[in-house]
Amino acid sequence: LPFLCRWASLVLSLFPPYKHSHSLVTVLSPRMSWPALYAQLVGANRHSTSLGKTWLSVLFIFRVMVLVVAAESVWGDEQSDFTCNTLQPGCENVCYDQFFPVSHIRLWCLQLVFVSAPTLLVAMYVAYRNHRDKRKLLQVCGTKGLDEELETLKKRRLPITGALWWTYACSLVFRLLFEAGFMYALYVVYDGFQMPRLVQCDQWPCPNLVDCFISRPTEKTIFTVFMATASSICMVLNVAELVYLVAKAVNRGLCDQRERKSCSKERMRNRTNQRSLVST
Amino acid sequence: MPLTPPAEPDPEPKMNWASFYAVISGVNRHSTGIGRIWLSVLFIFRILVLVVAAESVWGDEKSGFTCNTQQPGCNSVCYDQFFPISHIRLWALQLILVSTPALLVAMHVAHRRHVDKRLYKLSGRSNPKDLEQIKTQKMKITGALWWTYIISLLFRIIFEVTFMYVFYMIYPGYKMIRLVKCDSYPCPNTVDCFVSRPTEKTVFTVFMLAVSGVCILLNIAEVVFLVGKACSKHLHNAGDSTMGAWIQQKLCSF
Repeated sequence: LPFLCRWASLVLSLFPPYKHSHSLVTVLSPRMSWPALYAQLVGANRHSTSLGKTWLSVLFIFRVMVLVVAAESVWGDEQSDFTCNTLQPGCENVCYDQFFPVSHIRLWCLQLVFVSAPTLLVAMYVAYRNHRDKRKLLQVCGTKGLDEELETLKKRRLPITGALWWTYACSLVFRLLFEAGFMYALYVVYDGFQMPRLVQCDQWPCPNLVDCFISRPTEKTIFTVFMATASSICMVLNVAELVYLVAKAVNRGLCDQRERKSCSKERMRNRTNQRSLVST
Repeated sequence: MPLTPPAEPDPEPKMNWASFYAVISGVNRHSTGIGRIWLSVLFIFRILVLVVAAESVWGDEKSGFTCNTQQPGCNSVCYDQFFPISHIRLWALQLILVSTPALLVAMHVAHRRHVDKRLYKLSGRSNPKDLEQIKTQKMKITGALWWTYIISLLFRIIFEVTFMYVFYMIYPGYKMIRLVKCDSYPCPNTVDCFVSRPTEKTVFTVFMLAVSGVCILLNIAEVVFLVGKACSKHLHNAGDSTMGAWIQQKLCSF
């Protein structure tokens, strides 16, 4: 529940109209966004593979940091500096709305939030496992001052096998789907990754076809390409992690099979030895 | 213009450079002395100056860019033509990219600690005290860690030099001009466009360039120091080996 509350407040705080008007958001978390997300994910990071940890670093340094430190100031004046060659009131608003249904910045923020969410699945499963094991421990031993054992339970690192493997693999698949989905959405909404300098618009109330000029199109193109590249690197890391997990599981399965075969061979040999002993 | 409440000063960007500092300075423990000096120079003379001073100089770069025409759109187009990417963004990207190789070293150290922990457990020493000791132990820069460190330094130098070159290509001469002449569509003919605060921008550009040069020198000095240390260690230990004796003989003959 605390995870979900913080998650909801995080998502709400990303949308500027809600920042000022919605009092619930200010009560929950006025400025809790990217650092809070980082804290949540780093906690869940303990049970990741090393590729997962690399993915998290790439996500925070090359995507979240660049978004907050650089990209937000490039898109800061996107509506105020969107000028159309007309004095007709309302024409600029309408044309801006037609060509920019959702701003790049909001799309990226949503993408980062959605892509980080599957890690919560893993964190929730680990919390459930710890809770279950704690209960078992208390049932078996009662409350005989087992603080040390409970501490080791909290601090231990679970091996990625069984149900945790499936949860982890599912979270990776969801991450990939969200990344690909958002990149496709950006490509479709903005017709590619390049920002044009000039768009021509003839929506009502514009009197006829007017030229509208976008501010800083080259800088926006550079950052769009940068974020797309970082996104693809993250997807490649996720695919590599998935392949690694599957390979490890297959390897484990083969080892287990070999062990079972050798065990059954041993048993057969023991039985034949016993029979030969009995018969003599 | 719709009525919007005045924007509160957003602490987010500063908070993020601060959390970036927390992440990077963790690597500090495994650096050499020169590495720590480099990190301090990076944070004090580059990131702090960027956030505290340079961002306000470039704050009104677009709104203060005025062209001698009332043609709508001419301002935007001329600004875009002469400033494809702002200095501030280039510096932010440079600082982020230049600091990332340090994470390679951090990852290597974490991997080594993991391996040491496993060895300890296998040899039977799974005392929590011993395991804690592994965490707080300072790794010596030898073996594979030495190579990781050198590679990270080389990447740092390459990124710094690349960004300085990119700067020079986009803004030749590092000087900010007062006046640019522009004739892209829809400007009616060649119009004069005036850049805001050109002298202040030149001063900060030269300052950041100088500090960047100092950082490159520190990195080169660190590489030389590490290579020198490794060589001297080899010569010291190679008293028995023929190669060491040969090198010593050659050195003595000079």
